[in-house]
Amino acid sequence: MLVYYLDLAVRSLKRNRVLTMLMVLALALGIGASITTLTVLRLLSGDPLPQKSARLFYPQLDPSPKNSAIDSNGRLPRTMGYVDAMNLLHAHRATRQAVMALTQAKIMPPQAHAHPFFSDGVMTTADFFAMFDAGFQYGSGWSATDDEGGAQVVVIASFLNDKLFDGADSVGRMVRLNDHDFRVVGVLKPWAPQPRFYTLGLGGDHYGDGDAVFLPLKAARALKMGPQDTECYQAVDDFTHLESAPCEWLGLWVELDDSSAVAGYRRFLDGYVKEQVALGRFQRTDSSLLDLMGWLRDQHVVPDDVRLQVYLAFGFLLICVVNTVGLLLAKCLRRSQEIGVRRALGATRREIFVQFMVEASIIGLAGGVLGLALAELGLFGIRHQPAQYAHLAHLDPAMFAFTFVVALVASLIAGLLPAWRACLLAPAPQLKAM
Amino acid sequence: MKLHPMIAALRRHKAGVVLIALQIALTLAIVCNAVFIIGQRIERVNRPTGLVEDNLMLVSQGWVGAPSGDQPGDVEKLDSLLQADLAALRAMPDVESVVPINSLPLLNSSWTGSVALKPGSDLRAGNARSVYYFGDEHLLKTLGLKLVAGRGFTAADVQNRGFRDSGTPAVIIVTKALADKLYPKGDALGKAIYLDGGSSPSTIIGEVERLQAPATGSWVNGFLWNATIEPFRLNANFSRYAIRTRPGRLQAVMHAVPNVLYGVSRMRVLDDDSVKSFAQIRQEAYRSDVGMAVLMGVVCLILLGVTAAGIVGLTSFWVGQRHRQIGVRRALGARKIDILHYFQMENLLISGAGAVIGLGLAIGLNMLLMKRFEMDRLPVLYVLAGIVAVMALGQGAVFAPARRASNVPPVVATRSV
Repeated sequence: MLVYYLDLAVRSLKRNRVLTMLMVLALALGIGASITTLTVLRLLSGDPLPQKSARLFYPQLDPSPKNSAIDSNGRLPRTMGYVDAMNLLHAHRATRQAVMALTQAKIMPPQAHAHPFFSDGVMTTADFFAMFDAGFQYGSGWSATDDEGGAQVVVIASFLNDKLFDGADSVGRMVRLNDHDFRVVGVLKPWAPQPRFYTLGLGGDHYGDGDAVFLPLKAARALKMGPQDTECYQAVDDFTHLESAPCEWLGLWVELDDSSAVAGYRRFLDGYVKEQVALGRFQRTDSSLLDLMGWLRDQHVVPDDVRLQVYLAFGFLLICVVNTVGLLLAKCLRRSQEIGVRRALGATRREIFVQFMVEASIIGLAGGVLGLALAELGLFGIRHQPAQYAHLAHLDPAMFAFTFVVALVASLIAGLLPAWRACLLAPAPQLKAM
Repeated sequence: MKLHPMIAALRRHKAGVVLIALQIALTLAIVCNAVFIIGQRIERVNRPTGLVEDNLMLVSQGWVGAPSGDQPGDVEKLDSLLQADLAALRAMPDVESVVPINSLPLLNSSWTGSVALKPGSDLRAGNARSVYYFGDEHLLKTLGLKLVAGRGFTAADVQNRGFRDSGTPAVIIVTKALADKLYPKGDALGKAIYLDGGSSPSTIIGEVERLQAPATGSWVNGFLWNATIEPFRLNANFSRYAIRTRPGRLQAVMHAVPNVLYGVSRMRVLDDDSVKSFAQIRQEAYRSDVGMAVLMGVVCLILLGVTAAGIVGLTSFWVGQRHRQIGVRRALGARKIDILHYFQMENLLISGAGAVIGLGLAIGLNMLLMKRFEMDRLPVLYVLAGIVAVMALGQGAVFAPARRASNVPPVVATRSV
C-alpha cells in the first residue's frame, strides 16, 4: 500500500513542479539555517571536559572594601589576589587544586635564523595537569617541591614541541622564554579544551588552539613575567610586587569528588571569608563555588550573537513551516474531486489521511537533504570566518541525524492540517460537482 | 465596494486565511526586530572614534634581550631603546608624525581606572570611570584629535615612566564627555582631579572633542567616551607606535617600517600582524557586527520572499477555485477592475489582520530579546515601517493572481453551472 501512496505522491508533486519546488526550497532554507546555527551553538556551549567537569569547581571571594572606587555592579571578582589564592591552595582542602594566570611568553627558537615570537603561556602550580586531565606525550609535570623551590622548568604543548624540536622527545632540553632558559620536563599530548574554560576571567581567548607553555607560577614571577589581566580595587603604588598589591589576577580551580566534599569545601570557604573579615582584611562575606559548567554560564562564554542567530533561524523555520502548511492545504483542496473519487471507490478516511501524510513527508525528506547541503554550505562559510572557534564548525553524526528528524517532524506537522481536511471531505458533493 | 460579502466569502476559507495572516504576522515580528538589530549594528560601526582615521597606522613590537624594567636604570635603558625607534620612525620621508602610545580606539587592549574630584579611594559622587591613554607631545597631532579647550602637551610636560611603576602626571587632557561629567557647568579647564583614588592632583590643561575607549565590548558602555590622556612615554620591553603618514603614502610606510625598525636593532619581535593600518584595526573590531548585520539582512530578504511566494500560491488557488463565480460576476456586469480590486481588497483585509497580530508579536519578541540579550526597546517607527512593508508585499504578491482572475471571461458563467 505504501508503494502505491508513494507513487500517488510523486505524481501529485510532479503535477505542480513550481509549487513543490517552492515548498522544498523554503523548508530546506529553514532547516539549513537552523542546523547551522544550532551546530555552532552546540560547539560553543559544549562541555570542555565531559568526564571531569562535574568535579571541577571555581571558588570566588571578594576582598574589595565596601566603598571601593571601582564599582563591580554587585558581582564577585573573577579572580583572586595572591595572598588568598595561596592560602586556599596551601590549605589542601580539595583532592587537587591549582592556581593559574595567563602570561605572554616571548619564545626564542633554538634554530639560528628563526625570528622570536609571542605565544600564550600559563603560570600555574603542580596539580594543573592531573586535575584537568592533560595527558603527557613525553615526561611529566613538575612537583609541588618544584613549585616551592621556584624551579625553572616548563611543560610545552605538542604544537610548540613540533615547532621547536620537530616533535622529538625534548625532555631535558632548554627553551628560551622571555630571555631566560627553562628546562623542559614534559610535552603534552594535543590538549585544547573548548571552550578554554580555565582562562575565563584571566584575559585570554575563549576558544582556540590552547596554550603553548606552562610554567611554575613562582619561577615565572621571580623572572617578572606579568599576568595578562590585573584588576586592582585600591590605589597601587607598585605593580612590580603584585603579590602584595591590592590586586586580583589569579584563578583557583579545585577538584572535589562528591557532594559531601563540595559541601565541606563550601563551609571551609565560608569560614575562611569570615575569618578574614574578623582579621580586618575583608569587609565582605560573599563567596561562591560554581562548578565548571556553572562558571561557563556565569561568564556568558557563548556570544550573545550566536544565541540570537539560533532564535532567528528557528523563527525562520517556523515561518517556512506555516508557509508549507498553506501551500499543501491549497494543493490538497484543489484535489477535492480526486479525493471524492477515491472515497467513492472504497478508500477509507484513514487511507486518504496516510496518503497525504506520505506526500508531506516526501517534501520533508527532500527538504532535509537540501537543508543538509545548505547547512554544510553554512558551516563551510563559518569555517572561513575569522572567529576563534571557526575551524571547529563541523556537522557531527548526531546533528546529521537530527537534521532529518527536524525535517520530517516539520513536514509532518505541516502535513497534518491538509491531510485532516482531505480525509474529512464528503465524497458525494465532490462527485456531483464533476 | 462593500466589505460584507468579502468577509462572508473569507469565512468559507478559514484555514487559508488564518495561515496567510499568521505568516504575515510572524514575518512582520521577525523582520522588524531583525531590521532594528541591523540598524543598531550599523549605528555602532559608524560611530566616529574621534581620530582622523585616514593615513593612520599602528606598530606593536617587543624587544628581545631588553631589561625587565625593575632593576635601577632599567627604565632609562628601555627609554633609550624607545627614543631610538621614535627617532628612526620620525626620520622616515613619508611620515608626518609619530607617538608612542599604549593603545588606540577599537584595539581592545585597555588601561582603565577611575577619576575623582577629591583625593582618596572611596566611592562617592563625582567619580567617573575612565580609560587612560599615554603618549607624548605628538599625540594630538598624530591621532588627529580635535582640541576644543585649553592646550595640548608640550615637550616639557612629557616624562617617561616604567610600565609597572605608578606615577601621577601634573597635567592631563580629558575628553569633553569626561570633563562634562565631572564638571557639568563646563568649567573643567584648569581644575585639579585625582586619578585612581590617589592623593596628588592632576590639572586639566586641555579638552578634546571626542576619543573612544579601546574596548568594543559591552563592559565599557558606561564610559565609552571618558578618556584621560597622560603625558607619559611608557617604558616596557614592548612598545606601540601610532604613525601618521603623508596622504596616500600609508601602504609605502607600512611596507617600509619593519626594515627601518630592524635597522635600529634586530633584537625584536615583529610579527605578521605587528604593523596594522587603522582601517584594519577598525575592520577587525567590527567584523562580527558587520557579519551579523549581513546575515540578518539576508534572512530578512529570504523571509519576505518565502512569504510573498506563499501569498501567490494560496491566492492562485483561490482564483482557480472561484473561476466560475468570477465568470458569473463578470456576466452580471462587474468590470475587470472590480474583480482586480476584489482580490486586492481581500488581501488588504487579511494582511491588515496579520499586521495587527504581527504588531503584538513584534513587541513581544522585542521584550523577550530585551530580557535575554542586551537589546533596546524597538522604536514604534520600525514597527510602522514594517507594517507598511508587509502590506505592500501582500499587494505586490497578490497582483499577478488577481490580474489573472480579472481576465476570466464572462462566458465561463454559461458553462456547466
